[in-house]
Amino acid sequence: MIHSLFLVNASGDIFLEKHWKSVVSRSVCDYFFEAVERATEPENVPPVIPTPHHCLINVLRQRIYFVAVIQSEVPPLFVIEFLHRVVDTFQDYFGVCTEAAVKDNVVVVYELLEEMLDNGFPLATESNILKELIKPPTILRTVVNTITGSTNVGEQLPTGQLSVVPWRRTGVKYTNNEAYFDVVEEIDAIIDKSGSTITAEIQGVIDACVKLTGMPDLTLSFMNPRLLDDVSFHPCVRFKRWEAERILSFVPPDGNFRLLSYHVSSQNLVAIPVYVKHNISFREGSSQGRFELTLGPKQTMGKAVESVLVSSQLPRGVLNANLSPSQGTYTFDPVTKLLSWDVGKINPQKLPSLKGSMSLQTGASKPDENPTINLQFKIQQLAVSGLKVNRLDMYGEKYKPFKGIKYMTKAGKFQVRT
Amino acid sequence: MLSPWFLCRNEDLKEMLESNKESLKLEAMKRIVGLIAKGKNASELFPAVVKNVASKNIELKKLVYVYLVRYAEEQQDLALLSISTFQRALKDPNQLIRASALRVLSSIRVPIIVPIMMLAIKEAATDLSPYVRKTAAHAIQKLYSLDPDQKEHLIEVIEKLLKDKSTLVAGSVVMAFEEVCPDRIDLIHKNYRKLCNLLVDVEEWGQVVIIHMLTRYARTQFVSPWREDAVFDENSAKAFYDSEEERRVDQSKPYIMDPDHRLLLRNTKPLLQSRNTAVVMAVSQLYWHLAPKHELSIITKSLVRLLRSHREVQYIVLQNIATMSIQRKGMFEPFMKSFYVRSTDATHIKTLKLEILTNLANEANISTILREFQTYVKSQDKAFAAATIQAIGCCATNISEVTDTCLNGLVLLLSNRDETVVAESVVVIKKLLQTQPSQHSDIIKHMAKLFDNITVPMARASILWLMGEYCEHVPKIAPDVLRKMAKTFTDEEDIVKLQIVNLAAKLYLTNSKQTKLLTQYILNLGKYDQNYDIRDRTRFIRQLIVPNEKSGALSKYARRILMAPKPAPVLQSAFKDRDRFQLGTLSHTLNSQASGYLELSDWPAVAPDQSVRNVEVVEPVKETGAPALSKSKHFDAVSWPVCVSLQASSPVFVPETSHELLHRMTGKGLSAQYRFTRQPCIYGNSMVSLQLTLSNSTDQALENIHISEKSSTGQNIHRFNAIERLEPQASVTVSMGVDFNDSTQAANFQLCTKEDEFSVSIQPAVGELLLPITMSEADFTKEQGKLVGMNESSATITMTPENVSSQSVNRKVVSVANLGVIPSGQENIYRFSGKTVSSGSLVLVSVVLKDPDAVITINTEKTVMGSMLLRQVKTALTNSGP
Repeated sequence: MIHSLFLVNASGDIFLEKHWKSVVSRSVCDYFFEAVERATEPENVPPVIPTPHHCLINVLRQRIYFVAVIQSEVPPLFVIEFLHRVVDTFQDYFGVCTEAAVKDNVVVVYELLEEMLDNGFPLATESNILKELIKPPTILRTVVNTITGSTNVGEQLPTGQLSVVPWRRTGVKYTNNEAYFDVVEEIDAIIDKSGSTITAEIQGVIDACVKLTGMPDLTLSFMNPRLLDDVSFHPCVRFKRWEAERILSFVPPDGNFRLLSYHVSSQNLVAIPVYVKHNISFREGSSQGRFELTLGPKQTMGKAVESVLVSSQLPRGVLNANLSPSQGTYTFDPVTKLLSWDVGKINPQKLPSLKGSMSLQTGASKPDENPTINLQFKIQQLAVSGLKVNRLDMYGEKYKPFKGIKYMTKAGKFQVRT
Repeated sequence: MLSPWFLCRNEDLKEMLESNKESLKLEAMKRIVGLIAKGKNASELFPAVVKNVASKNIELKKLVYVYLVRYAEEQQDLALLSISTFQRALKDPNQLIRASALRVLSSIRVPIIVPIMMLAIKEAATDLSPYVRKTAAHAIQKLYSLDPDQKEHLIEVIEKLLKDKSTLVAGSVVMAFEEVCPDRIDLIHKNYRKLCNLLVDVEEWGQVVIIHMLTRYARTQFVSPWREDAVFDENSAKAFYDSEEERRVDQSKPYIMDPDHRLLLRNTKPLLQSRNTAVVMAVSQLYWHLAPKHELSIITKSLVRLLRSHREVQYIVLQNIATMSIQRKGMFEPFMKSFYVRSTDATHIKTLKLEILTNLANEANISTILREFQTYVKSQDKAFAAATIQAIGCCATNISEVTDTCLNGLVLLLSNRDETVVAESVVVIKKLLQTQPSQHSDIIKHMAKLFDNITVPMARASILWLMGEYCEHVPKIAPDVLRKMAKTFTDEEDIVKLQIVNLAAKLYLTNSKQTKLLTQYILNLGKYDQNYDIRDRTRFIRQLIVPNEKSGALSKYARRILMAPKPAPVLQSAFKDRDRFQLGTLSHTLNSQASGYLELSDWPAVAPDQSVRNVEVVEPVKETGAPALSKSKHFDAVSWPVCVSLQASSPVFVPETSHELLHRMTGKGLSAQYRFTRQPCIYGNSMVSLQLTLSNSTDQALENIHISEKSSTGQNIHRFNAIERLEPQASVTVSMGVDFNDSTQAANFQLCTKEDEFSVSIQPAVGELLLPITMSEADFTKEQGKLVGMNESSATITMTPENVSSQSVNRKVVSVANLGVIPSGQENIYRFSGKTVSSGSLVLVSVVLKDPDAVITINTEKTVMGSMLLRQVKTALTNSGP
């Protein structure tokens, strides 16, 4: 399975290596560096790179490449999924997964990697289990450890490892018992030139933060569970009850976790909350181009559209842009040709617009494609699919927990072709 | 490495390690681990480090382990010093310490300790703690790679561990099996059903490995489920014209899926909902390689869902979809829009999406796809635009209706400003024209006109080739092009030069009057070219076409050689031949066999013996796994390996009928109905799960609906949480649990609202007091043999003819009682099994048909329930109707 792991930063330095079987020389990464050089963008590096004796599978997260060395047949997704799990664990432990964070905590990183894989095969990847084996570094704990000489390493096998609910540790205690659920939906859409929707779908997740004492057994029911087209669950969810009754029944992990992700595809269901009016044109023979963009709310069910951010990759021929926004600020990078406009909140009475001209290289011919506009936005208190949680019940424990639910809609990959 | 600074630093560390203070040692080890992480050599510290292996401080010890595993191979002699510490730790009462000692011991790649490792693995394989046994499974692979001669002994350990009932061990031992002895399929037989049943509870990484192994296993053990559909898959005309005889053969031997094959498909299906993309992919490939074609569609949605995941996941999933979409367009066609390219996608993702869209194109959707392609052609990413043009070419050849439209579109692109776009268009047009040249002489003319503006060599070469090949369609233009080329010959690229020579030769043969001199001139230029390929070609052409006394018999055939009709190139997907690899594997991604790839075998023509998978029922008492040691410390760990045979399975049939609990007239507007869900109750193991629907038919809201605390009969009732308010005309469904104590005595209780109390009672049918369980046929007969005498009740009935079919018997019985159906080998015997909810006693029902009579036998310890159940089954089977 996974032979070795190399962590490579954006400038191409290997800053951490770990081997689970015999040592593989870091010169194997030369093949990887070649591939990086060949790719124009960091994202374009192929995830699987064959070399004469090994195979390199890499994942790019937070501008760090995680390069795993493989020697024999293994499902590539297995490795990729594991590498992402490693990054998630680092984020969980250190707050961020940056080169500095990894270097500062190199001992914890090594201990973690040692526990996560044995002989290249995953051993413990569940965050609750890992946290019992290796306690996350905090300032307080570091101070205490230096004084008392105690360690960050657990001496007992984590309770979860052997139980039927490996994701939850026993003996959890809280003074305030609370369970919060965030329903977050992202709209992926492609809108064509004339403003009609080419494709639109909703990807939703329910993220939970559960801090409950003991072994609570929760059930969450929806007003309209039929909406959910395709779902994937955290392993804690009892699949049979979902199949039979469309109720989520589960013993939750302790802390933050993703309970469910779902998909709503059928096109007529998806309400597009904003529209974009655009007029971007270049004239043949002239070194000027016109740029006009207006945003407006469409189907928002009375909620405000916030944190709107417009970005667009202008054609290579554009030298500079001279625009004036009616609200917010815009930047144009003449090197990467990236235009971004931080709009903020859309006021339906006074629609935000960005107008002006672009100057083109003199003598250059008119670009044959108009740029694509990428849109980001947020709508609080709204799940655009109409999904509604009906109720949350708790069994197995006596106390009354504090329950909360929040809805939010965001733009996912939202593109407007012009 | 040997800089004085480094030396002195190492001295420093050595001193720290040798000090008496734990904290100093720990600090030193942390720094050393930092060095290892950076890839610096710290091997010379080995003697100082290894001394600390027996340290009491667990963190220090762990770091020493990390160091040992890294350097033991280089310092074998010194490493041996640490072995005795591990041997001692292997006997430690703490399971974590035992396990980590085994992990390190087996990771030290020192050949001398092979016998010690072997012993340790054998011991750990029988350890009480499943965690240690899991570590043992991992150690098997390590030992095997260190010393392959140990294979035979290791297989023995694998065989033992495969029998393990713990979900923790299953994944790891299958991994060891795959690495050490993947060909020993016989070891799987007895564990096949257990693995299928445990699968859902195994940790996700183990699931992937087990699913891949079971896919391979199933391909050797079951017959192909695809035979029947093959007829439907072909166009219906073939089925229609099939000779009657053949069809009769087909019908006389209908395909029946092996119950074990079905078990695998059924138990893997829920895993499509896993959050782990590798698991979803593994199940998808299992369905692709094992499921009947018409069941394949369930994997589509899950695969499309994965496309929302990380970039790398997308890449792998798209590759697999590309392979699937060649063979089965229909699967992904409804999701075509999910493959539309976004400008932010990475290049390799874009290319794959394009590939899939091309594969999905058919007469119905081609116009949509072409419209989408038009946007892509204008993309700023020119490599992608070029790939799109290739894709258009593919669509044009595959779907003859749109060939002309595509061709016209491509011709328009010839005036594009971007060179790569033009070049690609020319190349694609060339391929398309080869299929039908005669109708398109105007396109060739058009291309000749554009020729001067095109600079990409490949495109120029392609146009020249077209001119030469179809010079008879453009008799006026071709010689003129040759004239221009003669002028620029020396400045052209090599591929263009070759084509100029080619064009000259062809024109010489067809139109020697106009081009004789030009050809001579070009051949002379080519003769002195720097490139030997061109000199060779020139010499060859000259001998072939210019007749002289020395030229042999070949020149007579020059025309036939050069102007031979050439087959049009087939534009086909790059994923065409990838289906030779199992989907989801590394080999499939690389399109070449990776080391350790295990080939999927073809379906056997005749299924091997099914009975090899039968397992004798083992006494549940003995099941508790490892040898009973009296150290009670770990017992919490081992108490849960469950006896699989008595685990409740999901109900075969859930009746929709609900029974009245409270009529709205007696309930003053509140009505209640109940229904048995037949699921294991979540409130308690001995309870029967019920669903209550309460509706308010008054015109005011009812408040505080609940079950009163005092229950008049002795049953233990789990009440539903009080409903604070029920709006008029609204209804609500709640679930509750009642422990009926295995008797049909009614449960009486008070249903209360804020104002009133109503006495209600639930009278369960005996069949609802059961939970289905699955077991094999052999287990069934064995258990039945134990429950004879007064535990057996039977009756003979006369069956109504419409009840005789197997479906109707099964349906009738499971609708009366919540029982599991046991796959039966004999046609006229039906077996059902379940257990009572409260006490968990076994209830076995068998129906033996002896035309026209049937004998119903019920075996259970609960004789009263047995006789009541018998009466009900009897009435159900004698009654006609649905």
